[in-house]
Amino acid sequence: MPFVPHTPEQIRDMLAVIGVGSTEELFAEIPAAMRPKSFDLPAGRSEMEVLAHMERLAQKNATAQVSFLGAGFYDHHIPAAVDALTSRGEFYTAYTPYQPEASQGTLQAIFEYQTAVCRLLGMDCANASVYDGGTALFEAAMMAVRQTKRRKLVVCEALNPIYRVMLASYTANLNLEFVTVPHRQGRSDLAGLAVAADDATAAVIVQNPNFFGCVTDFAGLFQGARAKGAVSVISVYPVLQSVLKTPGAMGADVAVAEGQSLGLPLSFGGPYLGVMTCTKDMIRQLPGRIVGRTKDLDGRTGYVLTLQAREQHIRRQKATSNICSNQALCALRALVHLCLLGEEGLRRTALLSMERAHYAAERLTAVPGVSLLSDAPFGNEFALKLPVNAFEVIDALTARGYVPGFPLGRYYAGLENCLLVACTEKTSKEQIGMLAEMLGGMLA
Amino acid sequence: MIPANLLYTKSHEWAKIEGDTATVGITQFAQEQLGDLTFVDLPKVGDQVTAGSEMGSVESVKAASELYSPVTGEVVAVNEDLVSAPEKVNQDPYGAGWMIRVKLAAQPQGLLDAAAYEQAAAASAH
Repeated sequence: MPFVPHTPEQIRDMLAVIGVGSTEELFAEIPAAMRPKSFDLPAGRSEMEVLAHMERLAQKNATAQVSFLGAGFYDHHIPAAVDALTSRGEFYTAYTPYQPEASQGTLQAIFEYQTAVCRLLGMDCANASVYDGGTALFEAAMMAVRQTKRRKLVVCEALNPIYRVMLASYTANLNLEFVTVPHRQGRSDLAGLAVAADDATAAVIVQNPNFFGCVTDFAGLFQGARAKGAVSVISVYPVLQSVLKTPGAMGADVAVAEGQSLGLPLSFGGPYLGVMTCTKDMIRQLPGRIVGRTKDLDGRTGYVLTLQAREQHIRRQKATSNICSNQALCALRALVHLCLLGEEGLRRTALLSMERAHYAAERLTAVPGVSLLSDAPFGNEFALKLPVNAFEVIDALTARGYVPGFPLGRYYAGLENCLLVACTEKTSKEQIGMLAEMLGGMLA
Repeated sequence: MIPANLLYTKSHEWAKIEGDTATVGITQFAQEQLGDLTFVDLPKVGDQVTAGSEMGSVESVKAASELYSPVTGEVVAVNEDLVSAPEKVNQDPYGAGWMIRVKLAAQPQGLLDAAAYEQAAAASAH
């Protein structure tokens, strides 16, 4: 029996059903240059040859760069115990298991992860996680749409532009209306957002600190949104939640976060972790898996998947989301990381990162022609206005081993001269001094 | 068993018509099939409901099911007790487990009487 997935007859039948003449025509949208030229793979290689090949590839990575890049993803120190504990065989799986109740340890870890992120964000309930911060934000917006049965989303322009692109892309066919409220020199426009959040609004969506690093208290905005029947959605940077006013304290209905900074390496963009939390009132709208704690017949503590009537295997097309898994391994890393650092450790990480960033802001604005984009309070990231195009500075300094930050002009027209600079506890004062010197030398 | 003073749908809702208002709930048969209810999602006062169209949903420990309005009109009352005590639907589906009260826009049409519903329910049980 030949191992072909479809016979020529089946292929003909399927093409006929969708009204396409040939397989070639079906894939016409994929440019020829991007199609595989051949499936004729070279012969197998020895382990040593493969290792040498991989090492050659790995050497192309610029791992020795000193980086001041952030823009939503931060290079924090990860204690070695995170790898050691999460790579244990008992835990090492990417998914919630398919016979979940048979895996009490996995469920307990997810339950503890949910508890930890709820405490960190000051919220009532969390799910077992979704793919990443952007997915979490999209799901949060959809929670609001379902809850309010309204179709208008008010979005702060200072929300991470990647999330805004994801929102637009995921909702392209959902007949939703977006109102984007422009930032004001990098600040979230509280007054503009309050005006836009009217009684037809499903959600007002903001970020703290926002993409420009500005820290804002949204409590007043959220209170006003509630009075209009709109849901308040906030995306936060989890490390700084140990020192900033939490979403819960601000009165947010749904709080999400990119969990990467909690023990996940940057590793070229993933896998990351979508943290999702909400108030008790919204839990029926929360997508994905939720682990609950209960007692069995003999009174022993046990863990279960709970509120499953929201999910696809019961609710079919009316499910809250098509997400029925989570980032179990990444969530486990976040849990282990949070437990190792503890409340005090996380707080010290946040304060050190902020202290370094404030030192960097001071040193860099001492360079003639360089200033802060706004005088808004910031945490560990800030926007600088340069006398020249930020891309030029980035190109020149990256060539010398220093990536000075993220070019805001990539996403914001008119900010071509602006550079977004981030620090963590790993950034040393010497590195900050070197950056200031190099920048000064270049602009002199 | 099946109250004779009510009208029924094939989707197992009941309606009690009193003048121009109707009280709506789900039947004994429906609550038995669903099992212990954990959540009832109902329209709000002021919402319009249409006969045969979805008006909410119920969730039990093993299933979730849409609710279809037997009548057309405006919702004038909602049984708020069900928010915290959905089990009332299981305990007393024709009494304390009522769901909404509707001011009728038109007299209902096509609903089943108790005898016809008994037959329909018996048929769907097999």
